[in-house]
Amino acid sequence: MKNIEFRTATSAQGGLLVMGGVPGVAAGSRVQLRDHAGRLRSGLVIRAADDAVLVEVFEGTDDLDLERTWVRFLDEPFKLPVSRDILGRIFNGAGLPRDGRPPIISADRRDVNGEPLNPAARAYPREFIQTGISAIDGMNSLTRGQKLPIFSGGGLPHNRVAAQIVRQAKLLGESASEFVVVFAAFGASHADARFFEESFEESGVLNKVVMFLNLADEPVIERLLTPRAALTAAEYLAFDLDYHVLVVMTDMTAYAEALREVAVLRGDVPARKGYPGYLYSDLAEIYERAGRIKNRRGSITMIPVLSMPSDDITHPIPDLTGYITEGQIVLGRELSNQGVYPPVTVLPSLSRLMKDGVGKNFTREDHPHVASQLFASYAKALEVRGLAAIIGAEELSDADRRYLEFANAFERKFIGQGEDEDRSVYETLNLAWDLLSMLPADALIRVSEEELAKYHKGGAA
Amino acid sequence: MGKILEINGPLVKLELPETVLGEQVRVGRLGLVGEVIGRDGDTALAQLYEDTAGLRPGEVADGLGWPLSVELGPGLLGAIFDGVQRPLQAVWEQSGDRMARGVAVPSLPRDKRWHFVPDPHRRAGTPLAGGDVLGTVQETESILHRILTPPLIHGELMELAPEGDYTIEEILGRVRMSDGRIEKLHLFHRWPVRTPRPFKRRDHAVAPLITGQRILDTFYPLLKGGKAAIPGPFGAGKTMLQQQIARWCNAEIVIYVGCGERGNELTDVLEFMPELKDPHTGRPLMERTLLVANTSNMPVVAREASVYVGITLAEYFRDQGLDVVMVADSTSRWAEALREVAGRLGQMPVEEGYPAYLGSRLAAFYERAGRVETMAGHHGSVTLIGAVSPPGGDFSEPVTSHTKEIIQTFWALSKELADARHYPSVDWLESFSGYIGSAAKWWAENVDPNWESERAQALDLLAASEELQRIVNLVGVEALSSEQRWTLEAAGLIKEGLLQQSAIDEIDSFASPEKQFALLAAMLEIFRQGMKLVKLGAPARRLIQMPLLAQARRWKSQHTSEDIAALKAKIAAIPGEFDKMMLEYEQTA
Ligand SMILES: Nc1ncnc2c1ncn2[C@@H]1O[C@H](COP(=O)(O)OP(=O)(O)OP(=O)(O)O)[C@@H](O)[C@H]1O
Ligand SMILES: [Mg+2]
Repeated sequence: MKNIEFRTATSAQGGLLVMGGVPGVAAGSRVQLRDHAGRLRSGLVIRAADDAVLVEVFEGTDDLDLERTWVRFLDEPFKLPVSRDILGRIFNGAGLPRDGRPPIISADRRDVNGEPLNPAARAYPREFIQTGISAIDGMNSLTRGQKLPIFSGGGLPHNRVAAQIVRQAKLLGESASEFVVVFAAFGASHADARFFEESFEESGVLNKVVMFLNLADEPVIERLLTPRAALTAAEYLAFDLDYHVLVVMTDMTAYAEALREVAVLRGDVPARKGYPGYLYSDLAEIYERAGRIKNRRGSITMIPVLSMPSDDITHPIPDLTGYITEGQIVLGRELSNQGVYPPVTVLPSLSRLMKDGVGKNFTREDHPHVASQLFASYAKALEVRGLAAIIGAEELSDADRRYLEFANAFERKFIGQGEDEDRSVYETLNLAWDLLSMLPADALIRVSEEELAKYHKGGAA
Repeated sequence: MGKILEINGPLVKLELPETVLGEQVRVGRLGLVGEVIGRDGDTALAQLYEDTAGLRPGEVADGLGWPLSVELGPGLLGAIFDGVQRPLQAVWEQSGDRMARGVAVPSLPRDKRWHFVPDPHRRAGTPLAGGDVLGTVQETESILHRILTPPLIHGELMELAPEGDYTIEEILGRVRMSDGRIEKLHLFHRWPVRTPRPFKRRDHAVAPLITGQRILDTFYPLLKGGKAAIPGPFGAGKTMLQQQIARWCNAEIVIYVGCGERGNELTDVLEFMPELKDPHTGRPLMERTLLVANTSNMPVVAREASVYVGITLAEYFRDQGLDVVMVADSTSRWAEALREVAGRLGQMPVEEGYPAYLGSRLAAFYERAGRVETMAGHHGSVTLIGAVSPPGGDFSEPVTSHTKEIIQTFWALSKELADARHYPSVDWLESFSGYIGSAAKWWAENVDPNWESERAQALDLLAASEELQRIVNLVGVEALSSEQRWTLEAAGLIKEGLLQQSAIDEIDSFASPEKQFALLAAMLEIFRQGMKLVKLGAPARRLIQMPLLAQARRWKSQHTSEDIAALKAKIAAIPGEFDKMMLEYEQTA
């Protein structure tokens, strides 16, 4: 069947092509089209019946001449050839080389859609990854096998933060990173892609990186394949070759917009803001590919980047992402405008796996309490700052004024750090105690009395 | 034998003349399973529980002759099933890390032998009806599994096997039905998940479900047999709260349904449950727990089925006379699965894409909770606790608002509290419980006669402080009178010393009713002593300096539930802390 060209198109509209009289076509099968000009296009069977097959054409159907359109059904889903040789290579969104080097030849070709992991096969992620960034390590720590997105906005330094994490991420006690990196960009600008390429090159890890790039001016629909191809490569590296893989994907918003575009063409019922009801499941198919598996050495740690439309965290894309991922690192415009880098807004940030990967036996015994105390004290300090804005700082009580100073110092010294500053988790914790010591000991009830005695500069309450 | 006509996502159109709605079908060379959801002449529309990629028109399809059913019998406890009751541990062993399609593994182990002890009342020649207990199997050390007569049996027992070891497929006995047919009995039977299991009558719920979580038990109680919802935006703590309930509640069986949520959360439960001890029996928690898991990346139709599988398992244990708790995380994902299929069927969406029957489906589902008198005359209950995940945290969206109408206890989680890491982030103003009357009776009889008034006073304080906080935010704390400042301070004490409860602190994680009441009384005692002083003219500023306030905030994590005596001693010492000042102001007064 895959060698037969059919010329039975009956209609084409909005990216969807209807083929008549092709019996026995498999649902989800890949399709190759040859148009009147001899150009090749690709597509996917999204509805299969003997009398009519509905094909989604990735490059669109706008100028198709039905009489002169030849269609082959390839009888298999989109597949990615995998081998060790993918390391150091650059592919397009569909997994074809874009670095001018020959394609990967391998008998091992994998369905990019993957298959869901059996929940009984998962191993719970527990190993603390030190990123060297205090706002993350101290308060929203990353764990090997976690999916922890960066929620950002236009003009914020999410790329720089992601690149810094990639450069600095290592397990405690290790001197250098043991990660290989799978980097996927969809809908990204050429400048963004170049930024990452250069950053990988500078840190000398290019031969440990696989890149999948679908740039802003490239076919939208290929965007739907890009993260899947990248994760197929990541799964291969992690679970066949035992690598610890760090997957960085940007920008999930561009992905979701592409999905919406296609859904509208298909006539799917919209749920919120025009996004289809299955956006949640679709994103979950991507994000849930992170993790660890029992009896396997490798792991997939995922850092998706997404820009929140109008900085709105309740927009369906960050919202549904937050409902699937294991926390989020939120970047804020206000901090960024004040020159704080990385501008991590800690209160809405969260790492759900932190509770199982820090503290005694993992980092330091006081870590969970310190993190909790920083959150509580900073939340209180922000209330005070709000009050000061109304009644004036002079009117504040002495106690409140200390909170105001704490908030400022916390933002400048703890959250703020250099782009090349790689703080150990102990430095981060000690710094946290320096700051907490600005507050009276009896206001710190999230840390234990023993911890106060040991670390608070003013001693126990 | 029929065949596939069309494949459209999870829906397939079949040529299958004899089928009926709800019938299970097996489709294609891979043997994918699904159920018939529509019929039109000789064609049928089926939704499949597995990914349909690779299916082709023309491939075979066959009706199986029964609706989606679960296997009910020994072997359920401690297991993890997928949304259509495939045993995930066995599937893993058989087909590897990834969910292969078309695997057929029986839900309950076939080769395992169980020690069956017949019920002495069951003798040949005596009548036998659905729900009657045939005998027992000690399934785990803490759970005695009552082997039930299938609900639709009615007739005369012809024979029943003697005490001994049996597999679930061996014939355990025979019944002559009223209509003369002869039916075989086994250690297990099947029941269709979309049909509620019958019971004799509904009973009043009387006892609170003790969860060990103070904001729940003390402020917004739930009864055994009640219905509750936990709505909240992402990251607010719905899953943690449900896991806390699954860990600590005083039910006999816990069914944890992960419906369209994260794989790691189930791994988490699978890892901690065997290690933790049931605070009420001392046995490993896994012995009383079973999991149903259809994670977010698993097929969406099986997700829709998973909550029905869960509730049917719950009813089965209820029918054995047990108190069962089912937590469903998240009912929103189930509703979305419903929406997705409705969309593909071309049904009219009414709100946010949801079909018009969303409300009635939700209501019918929650209706399966309750305390009942079983067919055999025992009392059993199903308590249902559903997480709701409103888009954007907006409680006015369809799933939250419909659910709110149906349930009696509403534990609303707040983003602001969660952001400040005030856990559990249950909002004390938005939440409600319709069970205060019954709960008050229980607390009065079992813990303290003043429970109801103390609870009310604490809530009044919290409400008052909300008002005062608004003033402070406008003009600063100096504008408040001493009385108001002390009220604000006491509310803070209640929030931090009582409402906040860390799930990850070993001591604080669970609080017995006695400990809960002791802490409540302690915080109120401090408030009242202070208020007395303020009324005598003491400035709140001075009171706020008292070290007692910081100390009291730590009591919750310093005293276990077994160690109430020490806590009570501290409470008894509270008035003493105020003595000196009291003397001072009494003299000036
Ligand atoms: N009672 C608690 N004690 C300590 N930490 C808590 C508690 N409740 C929640 N948390 C913290 O909040 C995080 C998020 O909670 P959880 O995963 O339960 O949120 P959720 O409401 O289920 O979110 P989602 O809807 O995205 O699943 C947890 O990982 C934990 O760190
Ligand atoms: Mg959750």
